Amino acid sequence: MTAVIDRPVRKPRWWQAPPRPVWEEEPGRAGLAAKGIVLGFACFAILFPLWIVVVTSLSSKKTIDEAGGLVVIPQDITFIAYQELLGGGQVQRAALVSVGVTVAGTLFSMAVSVLCAYGLSRSGSLGHRWILMTLLATMFFGAGLIPTYLLVQALGLTDTYLALILPSAVSVFNILVLRGFFMGISQELIDSARIDGAGDWRILWRIVMPLSRAVLAVIALFYAVGYWSAWFNASIYLTDQDMMPLQNVMIQLVQKQERPVGLATQINTGGLSALAVQMAVMVLALLPVAVLSPFVQRHFKKGMLTGAVKG
Amino acid sequence: MSHSTVPRGRAEAKTTPTTPAPGAAGSGGANGKAHARSGRLGFRLRFRRDRTLLLMTLPAVLLVLVFNYVPILGNIVAFQDYDPYLSDNGVVAMFQSPWVGLDQFERVFADSEFWHAVQNTFVLFFLQLVLYFPVPVLLALLINSVIRPRVRAVAQAIVYLPHFFSWVLVVTVFQQIFGGAGIIAQTLADHGYTGFDVMTDPGAFKYLVTVQTVWKDAGWGIIVFLAALSSVSHDLYEAAAMDGAGRWRRMWHITLPALRPVIALLLVLRVGDALTVGFEQLLLQRQAVGVEASEVLDTYVWWNGIRNQDFSYAAAAGLVKGLVGLTLVLVANKVAHLMGEQGVYKK
Repeated sequence: MTAVIDRPVRKPRWWQAPPRPVWEEEPGRAGLAAKGIVLGFACFAILFPLWIVVVTSLSSKKTIDEAGGLVVIPQDITFIAYQELLGGGQVQRAALVSVGVTVAGTLFSMAVSVLCAYGLSRSGSLGHRWILMTLLATMFFGAGLIPTYLLVQALGLTDTYLALILPSAVSVFNILVLRGFFMGISQELIDSARIDGAGDWRILWRIVMPLSRAVLAVIALFYAVGYWSAWFNASIYLTDQDMMPLQNVMIQLVQKQERPVGLATQINTGGLSALAVQMAVMVLALLPVAVLSPFVQRHFKKGMLTGAVKG
Repeated sequence: MSHSTVPRGRAEAKTTPTTPAPGAAGSGGANGKAHARSGRLGFRLRFRRDRTLLLMTLPAVLLVLVFNYVPILGNIVAFQDYDPYLSDNGVVAMFQSPWVGLDQFERVFADSEFWHAVQNTFVLFFLQLVLYFPVPVLLALLINSVIRPRVRAVAQAIVYLPHFFSWVLVVTVFQQIFGGAGIIAQTLADHGYTGFDVMTDPGAFKYLVTVQTVWKDAGWGIIVFLAALSSVSHDLYEAAAMDGAGRWRRMWHITLPALRPVIALLLVLRVGDALTVGFEQLLLQRQAVGVEASEVLDTYVWWNGIRNQDFSYAAAAGLVKGLVGLTLVLVANKVAHLMGEQGVYKK
């Protein structure tokens, strides 16, 4: 025991493993290698497809023709596909629609969910059990696709952007996660604010929300990803091609192999490959998500856990 | 905002004389007495006190009522011969359409395509249960055993990533890799093997769908397991090691029992959701692989209702699916209770 005390505690460098507990065996070489191989394969299987998509989107027509399709090793990088896509026309329009719907939808969903979660987080308040039950019940049964579709139609939402936001604006699961987090905030803090004369609005805005930045970021990301990835609502509620968000345009361009409107003439005549354009559209679709999610990654576990336990 | 709060605070002090401290008015009481708020006060006073909170929940409640509860009433079209052209407004048309009782359900049950969709749904469900479900558990055990924080964080970031991609993107990526013009087909063609195209092969489709699900969501699925693992007390491991338990015995007797409630919960959820197997994913590949292989209950409802405008028939099929789904949740949860696990909701 004394030996343990005498040894100076040194924070390990990142490539060195932190000390194991005394009772745990050092892993053998074979075990380490097996672990590395499995984990490495998992990461490779996820990253390799993304790699070739990105590289192909940045390749010139010549490189793509020589590779006979998707490019694995990058050569003469060019941004011509992106220039074409973002220089106007269908894809640029769709990207703007997607950004608009995502931003507006996320703000709306966050406002509604945070308010509701706070409203339900004060224990013993009037009717909060009933409201909670009403919300929870929707996790067990859905109304079904057809009645929902008929309702959206009857409300006159078809061919409006509201049809992309309102029907999926509230996620009960997200409200539960937020509520769980709000309930964990120290009651004394809220009480003292109340003594100082703050009402519920001010407490939510000045105390609860600043203390919950991490979980707010996670939930905002969940909502944003939901709006950014959605295509089904647009496919059934919108008929106007000019209103279609990016995902729907991607279905047309890449899956159905259609040509982007306004680009048909340049492709394959100049130095622009149709494949590069398709891959560039995919990169546009994956970029915001891939860039944003690692930043909130460390909060995922906490958020999911509070939701699972308190819900 | 502050404008409305101040008068309310004063009104509270006046109208709630039974409350000892002003601090207890909007809270659960300082000493953890959660029930202190309710009970003593009458409904009117409680309403007065909590009206701000109620007002805050209102937007969400309204949205849920309109978009989750009102459509439930819309299921009456399943008992009608709904004709949307009777009126400009779909709801008005609903009240003018003739009632046909259970005729639509008879049509649904008599349709061999419906039963084919049911069969596909269950095949996909069992395949995902066997091939997909264990993957996150194993992956979580693996990542949990990585003790270098940096390596662990990077591995987690990578495996979480595909969860945030849309199904459109995932299906498209798979098409580019495994499709007829994809990179594998090309490599094989260069070596003299032609005709490789998994994406349009009906026989391989169910496995392809499962692989896509694993690729997209297995990494994300590890979060709950990692959370459960991090809450296991180190004392247990240490005590077991003192008693001579090796690495594998510790995993068997400590780690796996710790994961048991989570696994049971997720199994219950999965079984309860058995009739929903990747709607968007299948819809996107319906054309490429053919209806025969890809039609499940959800896509069947979509095709008949929204594409073929046979609303009543599709609503009947959807209602059957919804009722069977609800039964499955309740039964699965009951089984979880019998097994001594908590399940989704408490008894």
